[in-house]
Order: sequence, then C-alpha cells, then structure tokens
Amino acid sequence: MTQSTDSFEEIDSAVVRFAGDSGDGMQTVGERFTDSSAFAGNDIATLPDFPAEIRAPAGTLAGVSGFQLQFGNSKILTPGDAPDALVAMNPAALRANISDLPEGGMLVVNIDSFKSMNLKKAGYESSPLDDEDFRKKYHLIELDLTGLTKEALKDSPLKPSDKVRCKNFFALGFMYYVYGRPLEPTLKFFEDKWGKRLPDLAQANSQVLKAGHNLGDTMETARNRYQVSKAPVEAGVYRKISGNEALVYGLVAAAKQSNRELLYSGYPITPASPVLEGLSHLKKFGIKCVQAEDEIAAMGVALGASFAGDLTVCATSGPGMCLKSEFIGLASITELPLIICNVQRGGPSTGLPTKTEQSDLLQALFSRHGDCPLPVIAAHSPSDCFDCAIEAARIALTYMTPVILLSDLYVANGSEPWRVPNVSDLPVIENSFASTEEEYVIYRRNKETLARSQAIPGQVGLEHRIGGLEKGEDGGVSYDPDNHEEMSLVRAQKVARISKTLDPIHIQGESEGDLLVIGWGGTYGAISSASRNLRDEGFSISNIHLRHLNPLPDDLGEIMSRFKKVIVPELNLGQLNVILRAKYLVDVISYGKLQGKPFKVAELHKKFLEYLR
Amino acid sequence: MSITTTDESSLTKKDFVTPNDVRWCPGCGDYAILNAVQRTLPELDIPREKFVVVSGIGCSSRFPYYMNTYGFHTIHGRAPTVATGVKVANPDLSVWMITGDGDGLSIGANHLLHLLRRNLDINVLLFNNRIYGLTKGQYSPTSEVGKKTKSTPVGSVDHPINPLLFALGSEATFVARTTDTDMKHMVETFKAAQAHKGTSFVEVFQNCVIFNNKTFDTVTSRDVKQDQVLSLEEGKPLIFGANRDKGIRLNGLDPEIVTLGDGIGQDDLLIHQPRNSNSAYANILAQMTYPTFPTPVGILRQLDGRETYEDALVQQIEHAQSNGSDNLQELLTGQNSWIVE
Repeated sequence: MTQSTDSFEEIDSAVVRFAGDSGDGMQTVGERFTDSSAFAGNDIATLPDFPAEIRAPAGTLAGVSGFQLQFGNSKILTPGDAPDALVAMNPAALRANISDLPEGGMLVVNIDSFKSMNLKKAGYESSPLDDEDFRKKYHLIELDLTGLTKEALKDSPLKPSDKVRCKNFFALGFMYYVYGRPLEPTLKFFEDKWGKRLPDLAQANSQVLKAGHNLGDTMETARNRYQVSKAPVEAGVYRKISGNEALVYGLVAAAKQSNRELLYSGYPITPASPVLEGLSHLKKFGIKCVQAEDEIAAMGVALGASFAGDLTVCATSGPGMCLKSEFIGLASITELPLIICNVQRGGPSTGLPTKTEQSDLLQALFSRHGDCPLPVIAAHSPSDCFDCAIEAARIALTYMTPVILLSDLYVANGSEPWRVPNVSDLPVIENSFASTEEEYVIYRRNKETLARSQAIPGQVGLEHRIGGLEKGEDGGVSYDPDNHEEMSLVRAQKVARISKTLDPIHIQGESEGDLLVIGWGGTYGAISSASRNLRDEGFSISNIHLRHLNPLPDDLGEIMSRFKKVIVPELNLGQLNVILRAKYLVDVISYGKLQGKPFKVAELHKKFLEYLR
Repeated sequence: MSITTTDESSLTKKDFVTPNDVRWCPGCGDYAILNAVQRTLPELDIPREKFVVVSGIGCSSRFPYYMNTYGFHTIHGRAPTVATGVKVANPDLSVWMITGDGDGLSIGANHLLHLLRRNLDINVLLFNNRIYGLTKGQYSPTSEVGKKTKSTPVGSVDHPINPLLFALGSEATFVARTTDTDMKHMVETFKAAQAHKGTSFVEVFQNCVIFNNKTFDTVTSRDVKQDQVLSLEEGKPLIFGANRDKGIRLNGLDPEIVTLGDGIGQDDLLIHQPRNSNSAYANILAQMTYPTFPTPVGILRQLDGRETYEDALVQQIEHAQSNGSDNLQELLTGQNSWIVE
C-alpha cells in the first residue's frame, strides 16, 4: 500500500454511514470499517440499522439497510447523532438517509444506480443529482461503482453477476482512503472467510477494495482526507465486541466460574438469535445447546436442566418473554437458578422487530401472575453484556432464583472495543448445593441470603419432589394460608436482599446539584455524553446508570434526594419513572422516546437544558 | 455428582412409596398405575437416586408427589420440555414422564410431538381417561364425538385424536398400550419401555370413576375382555376370542376379522411384527377400534437403532472437545485483538 503524500486534516472524531439495499452488503462493509478503525486504535461505537425483511424488493425504501459508526481519539459513547459522510448505494438509500446528513457533509453516491427505474422505486420524480441546489448543498462524490468494479475485475474468473456484487468493497476502499484507514484487517478478513473455500472471491474482493482505495489517490474531488488519531486507553489486550457476542462469552465464563456445565436453550427470534448461534459454535467448551420447538419449550428445557444441576440460560425478545411467563413463575416458586435474557426490540406484538426499544422493563418486573418479584438487571453497552452475564449467574446461583437480564437491540448489535479481561481476575461464583451429610429439607434457608439449597438428581439420599404447588418448608404440598403468605414473603425478601451485595452507585459528576439524570440499559452512551457536555458547559448536572433494576440499589433514594430535579430518559413511555415514583415518592421527570431509534446526544442535551435554566 | 450409589439389587416397592397421602378419588385408575410403576422400578437394576419423574398438570400429573424419587410437577402440557432438559443435562438418569390426554394431547401436544421425534431416552406414560378430571368433567381431545359433558351439554362436535396414531405420526420408536386393570401387563409394558433406548410412548387406558366411569369397559371388563381385546405378542399371529378362534387377516390394505377353520389357518393371519421399520403395520393396528375390531393392547412398535437426541448431542460435544481447545482466555481474546501499551 502506498501512502499518499497529500496532507490529512486532523479531526477528533467522525461519523460515517453506509446505506444500500439489504442485499448490498452494508452490514458487512460497516463491520469491516469498524474492525479497521479499531485496528487503527480509535474508540468506536456502531449502529447497525436494517429492515425486518431479509430481502425487500430491490431498490425500494423498505429494503434500505444501514450501518453507522463513530470513531474518535477519545472515549466514544455513541454511534453519533448525524453522519459526517454518507455512502448511498442507490436512490432509495439516499432518500431514506439524506435528511440526516448535515449541509456540507460528504455524500458518496453510486451513480450507476441512479436510473429511472430505481429513482421511481425510491419515489423520486427526477434525479436529485440533477438538482443544482442539491449538488451545492453537499460535498458530492459521484462514483460509477458498478463500472469501476467491473473494470477492476476485468481479469477475474468470477461470473459477471458475482463481480458486480463486490461493489460494496469498492465503496469501502474509497472511504478507507478518505479516512486513512488501514486495509490489512479487511484483507485478512477476505482471506479468513473465503481464502480456502472461494479463493477467486477472496482475490476479487481484495482487488476491488484496493481499487477503491487507489481511486481516492487519483481523484481530484477527494482531496479532503481526514485523520483520527488513537484514543488514549488503558493498556491491555483489546478486541472489538458486539453485545450478543459479549453475552455469549459472559455466559461461558459464568459457567466456568461457577463450576457448572452450561446448557443454553433457545428458539430463533430477532435480535436474540445470535446468542443461540454463538453458543452452538462453542461445543468444545462442553456447552449443551438445544434449539427448542418454541419459546415455552426453550424455557422448559432450561428449567429441567437447572433442576438437574446445570447453569441454564434462555435468550429471547419481547414476544418470547410473553410466552415464557408461566414457566418463569414455576422457576420462581421452585426456586431454581436460571438466566433469562430479553434482547428488547420494539413492541408490542411483532412491533418493530429490527429496531431498538426499552419497553419491556415493566414486563420483566411484573409479568408473572401472583406476587413474584424477580431480580432484573440490564446491560448498558455491548461489552457490559459480558459483566452482566456473570452478574446474572452470581445472583441466580447464590440466591437460587431465575434472573432476568435485559439487553436491547442497540446494545446487542452494536459493537465497541473491549479490553479483554484476564480469566484469572474473574470472580468465582458460589453455588448453594445441599450437603449429603445432613437431612435435606428443601426450603430450609441460608440465613444470610435466604436461598434454599439445591440437591441434584443422582445424589444418594436427597431424593425430593418440587413443583408448582405451594410447599411447606419440608417440600410437602401445603394449602395452609399462613404458609403461603410466609413463603411469598420470604421469596420476596430473598430477592430484596440482593441489594446488600451491590457496590455504591457510581455518580458521573458531582454528588449533589441541580439535575440528576437516571438511565438504564442502552441509553448509557447518549446520556453520559449529553451530561458530560453540559457539565463542560458549566451546568450542575450529574448522571447515574442503573444496572440493577430489581432490587434497586440501597443508596438510590438518598442520591436522588441530593438533587433539585431528577429526570429519567428512556426508550419507552416512562417505565422506570413509574417504579421510581412508586418506590421513592419523588416527582421524577420522564422523558420518553418510542421511535425504534436510540437517543441522540443533541436531543438529550436540549431536554436536560430545559431543566437547568 | 454423587460418587456412591444405593444398592439397586435390594430395592423393593416400599422404597418408592412416599409418606404423602395419595389424594386421588377412591377407585381411580391412577392408584393401580402408581402401584404398577412402584413395582416396576425396583426390578430395573437402577439405583433409586437415578430416577426422575416429571409431570405436567392434571390428576395424573400429581404422580411425582407419590414417588419417592427425584420428581418435578411442572406446568400444563410442558412436561416433555422439562423432561428433555433433565435428560440432556444428565443422560445417566432414568426419566419417566407422566401425562394425561388433556395435558399431553391438547395443551402439550406440540411438545409431545417434538419429544417423540427427537427420540430422547425417556419413558412417557400417558394416562388416557378421555375426560378432564381435575377441572371436574369437561370433554377432552380423546373423548368420543357427541360426548356430553358440562362444557358440551348437547355433545362434543370434534373428532378425537388417537394417541397411538399421534405417536406413530411423530415417528416414535416405541409405542404401546396397556390398561389400568391389568397389573401384570402394565409392569411388563413399563419394563419394556425402560429397556427400549429412545422415547417410549405408553398409552394407559385409565378409568375416571367420577367423571367418565366405565369408558373403557369394552376393553377392560372381564366378561368381554377376551372377545374384544387383541393381545399383541411379537412373532405370533393376531388371534383373539375366548375360544382363540378369531384372527386378523390383511385384505389389500385393510385388516379384516376371520374365523379360523374352514380353510383359514394361522398362516393366513397377520403376524405381529413391532420391529418392522415400515410403520404401515403399526398404523393398521392403531386404527383398529371397537366395535369394528378388537382393541389392540401391547407393544405396537419397537424400533431399535435410531440414535437418541442426547447421545447425538453428547457425541458432537465430545468430538468438538477432542478437536479443539477449551481455553477461555483464547476465546475471549479472539483472532483479531490488538495490544495497547
């Protein structure tokens, strides 16, 4: 690779968005750009954004798939509010995304696709590229990606139709030139993915990527090049990780740290399927993966395996959580350890299956019939899913209870650099196993945690029966009114006691002041960025982000009391708000958004400012 | 987890009886089935702690509470899923699943189908009393058309499901039928079910004395039993009747009843062949219903050799483990990490 001699403009961060047909490989291109930026030492946050249809009619607005990432030389917490550069592979991609591109932003279009049929499908009467005002508004770069790709591959043995499909990598190569990204990680990706199986394809993609990069070198219009230097981060080994990947690894680690075998049981559902797929590939870790016949069965298999002594996990999304509810109640009353992950998406019902939302909090807290409180925790970023998986296992096994772990589509599909932990530093998770040395009384409890002890089928002398009917301490079916109330209370107290083991809440900003922002889940980056910016502007604003949503941390009420106002931004219509008001009698301000999109830093900034002036 | 095991050779029925009061209605067929299972288990050469009894919801599903083994009384229709989880987690356990016609063939039919096709080595006892007993007498999916119950005052209109055909349609590898009135036959059938490697499906005709009394009298009452029941014995011709003079012959694809003598001998009759890999024969038997035909009782199908789900799953894991490292640090670090100094 020849290093261009023209000068780079040094910038702190940049936001790039790739948009095209769902078959155009935009997710792949975005992932590669992410890898390359991670390799370059930048901090990154990504936002894949794709339609629910796998291949909606080509060229239509319904089929537009996008991938946005922000990379920078300091801590990057969000994928960015608006792109600095937009790559549009066809008119539909342009139309669906152009309103987000600020004036003066770089716009790279594949002019080959701007033909009457495609324009019509996108709802354009004439090509916007023929409009002088439009042309002046953006830094427009028109590339005939199809023609350039064909030309680059004129000697390739690939079929003509396969050659054209490499054009996404031409666009990527060009953008690598603009932002000075290294090509190596992508070339390695081609080799790893296709080198052995389809060497011609690996070769073609490499050629096209390089051709795109070289074009930048020779083009007059692409003289603006940007450079983003390395982000200063703690020393260590780093990798890029998505939320679902981190969840998978966290579960594997939790099984190891608790010395239990891991059984995962799932049913395919967007956006949780990658957890099932990811664990299915890890058989060498002894992981038992069952693809069940439905969501209910997935939960039943997990519960049966929990009874038999495994660490068991189900991951699903909202509709699957609805189906699992009855079984979650059974897991609660039988007091068996289990992790249920809900990777939230837009609801209710099928809702917005490929868009993010945080609207299942109240479901997680209350969806069982009966008085049935359960521990609920939420991951705030892709890499945090790893820690949350271990925390969920700790709670489940220490307290003998099902635990609900909330993720969301934004966290699950987004990715960021992750400092890989040393396995030797991971916490050891204690089990609550019964002793074969003494008489086994099923619901006799640990005085500190109130957990019952678990006897595993196969252990001599500990034979016992559990089930959905209320039991007395000895495990016998009991319809005694006082016993039912006592058992219900003790199950609730057991969950409540978890708060005794939580670290003090980390407050970003001063520990008292005008406005406290309380967040949970995937809004972490946007809230932290907006609050930090306002603090930099001199405002008295602090923010905290809750991992534990039940039980809530013991110091939460006291912290809230030290601020004049408390605001809770959520991607729902105010669900945590309901809980905080009920529990603390505080006049919390709710700020909800329900558009299937994450918060923008700017909109939070504006909203917080309303309460700071 | 356990290192020691109990001495399975000294187990008796008493070892499987819990101190809990059995709370089925007096005269319920479930007592006889419980008795039969408690007599069967000590004879299987399996230590007591390796038995797990899993059930759903309904009268039959109270069963685990009365078995002094590991047991799990779960939720309506979902016992096959929990049983699957137990077996996959520890294939060394002997898992017995208790269900009923409503639990197994209405709310839980989906799960039962998938258990049978996956062929986990689990014994399924489906108590068929053709009625919802625990909810006090509504018709069930095995009730005959026109059944008058509290919820069908002028008779039910839906065609019933045949449990044996359901099991055969799910490609179960072991399909049998027994009756709550025949202790010896129940014990024999349950032993055969345990001996079979794969899911064993046993339909037990069970009398609900309160809401559907005598529903199986055409099969179980002493005076008609021999004429109306076809006892299946492997390798033997299909002969029935008090005088052993009637048999089943195949006419094209249809079975027909013939009387022995007058030129018709045993060689003309169908020979019971439960191990025939073609399920057509078992399907013919399963469709034989009273009063057109005698009711077949015994093992209809017993197909050896199909791998169990848990064995296949364990083999994949063992294969992966023999070919790869389980180093967690390597997994976390991945192939594309970088070092910041």
